[in-house]
Amino acid sequence: MKKVKMVCAGFGGQGVLSVGQLIAMMAMNKSYLVSWMPSYGPEMRGGTANCHVVIDEHDVGSPIISDGITHLLAMNQPALKKFLPRVAQGGVIVANASMVKRDDSRPDIQWVMVDFYQIATEAGNQRTQNMAALGSLVRQLDGFSESDGFNIILEKFGDKNPEMVEVNQRAFTLAYHS
Amino acid sequence: MSKVLMKGNEAIAQAAIAAGCDAFFGYPITPQNEICEYMSKYLAKSGGAFVQAESEIAAINMVYGAAGAGARTMTSSSSPGIALKQEGISYCAGAELPCVIVAISRGGPGLGGILPAQGDYNQATRGGGNGDYKVVVLAPNGVQEATEMMRDAFLLSEKYRNPVMVMADGVIGQMMEPVEINTDPLPKFEKPWAATGDSQSRGTRNVINSLFLNPVDLENHNIALRKKYDLIEENEVQVDLYMMDDADVALVAYGTPSRIVKSAIEEMRAEGIKVGLIRPKTLYPFPFKQINAAADKVKFMLTAELSMGQMVHDVRLAVNGKVPVYFYGRAGGMIFEPKEISDAVKSHLGGE
Repeated sequence: MKKVKMVCAGFGGQGVLSVGQLIAMMAMNKSYLVSWMPSYGPEMRGGTANCHVVIDEHDVGSPIISDGITHLLAMNQPALKKFLPRVAQGGVIVANASMVKRDDSRPDIQWVMVDFYQIATEAGNQRTQNMAALGSLVRQLDGFSESDGFNIILEKFGDKNPEMVEVNQRAFTLAYHS
Repeated sequence: MSKVLMKGNEAIAQAAIAAGCDAFFGYPITPQNEICEYMSKYLAKSGGAFVQAESEIAAINMVYGAAGAGARTMTSSSSPGIALKQEGISYCAGAELPCVIVAISRGGPGLGGILPAQGDYNQATRGGGNGDYKVVVLAPNGVQEATEMMRDAFLLSEKYRNPVMVMADGVIGQMMEPVEINTDPLPKFEKPWAATGDSQSRGTRNVINSLFLNPVDLENHNIALRKKYDLIEENEVQVDLYMMDDADVALVAYGTPSRIVKSAIEEMRAEGIKVGLIRPKTLYPFPFKQINAAADKVKFMLTAELSMGQMVHDVRLAVNGKVPVYFYGRAGGMIFEPKEISDAVKSHLGGE
């Protein structure tokens, strides 16, 4: 597996930290080495949130991703603006089409524009936008399948909130196949 | 047991509970708050006592009391809070009380910032308290190692009757990594010196004190402490050598920066530059011998820290003039990238 250097970014409350955490858990369950590092500084207090997830077979190295982002989840325009310059050539950007405008200055990037708001609404709960984002991200990750995503949602929410599992999985699947 | 994904701070707290921590005294400060939170939730459930103190100073003095009564005890804080604890740490060292202090470091001086930094190397290894004393300082490079070092910390503190600090930068406190926490029971050391209220059965009173008004007694105490530190320096050094066998250049780093340096080493090795890493896992006792021996085989060393240069002075003492020791650092919560390290190495290589 090629090293994954993923950044998930958005407003606080959009659930980007959870998306990163679920991907880290999926990687851990596959016995990869992984680190998950949240932003906790002043930027968090400004209402934005992001996390860095590094996945590797041999050595995570630095848990902080300064450049060479292989996968960026941009839930809003400021997130895209902030991290776009740090996305590697040939990297993937999964963007929330309801809030983010595609930037044509980087044709080398694979743009995955998905309207998470619409998918979450269709799934039956607007708070599942981040699970839709998870679906789109997992689709772009080598070595991870739809059922890996399904299982991790169950693992994360199963005990506490069985009814949320179903609606989250629905949003996940809709985005995965969009 | 399979691995779980845990935040460094929570894993540290869980490891302390698994290691049989009896009592925790804390006061909130970013970026170590999750340690207090976790302890408040889980320590009592395993039979321990959690107290949120009214201040950092109170917390370390509660540790003094609990340790004096024979409890396996700890406190945690971050840089300015650790500064406040220094007097109490000196008292614990003076009274030879085993205790563990977790320091999740942030930027300074003063209130500084809340992002990761390593400007507390001097505070940890030299001590901000008064008198001739030493604190064992363990420096993990990730969540798993942080949990292992919590066990080491309790063991070392009781073996030597001395405060032990586990110092990690804010990255290690805040990040999540897969971790497997050792739940084997940690041996309990006999504590016949503890003030446990049974002087009648013992026949003598146990007094916990660091006051010696008679200079002869105090000098003897100082000499005994020094002998203890000699033993610690002889037996407890931990250091990791990575790709040092054929290295022309040795990088020296601890904590999170050691991982960034490792990434830089991989990049440089791919370009044919033979670079290795010396990673002190104990900051006190410092691996003077190992670094001095490595200096015979390299052209120069470069110390990389999230500070304006603190550990570099110990590296220079260790190298003792054999080869140049350069420094690269960022501070204030800014973290260097692998490329900055490679550039620094290349600039010194080019200058020869």
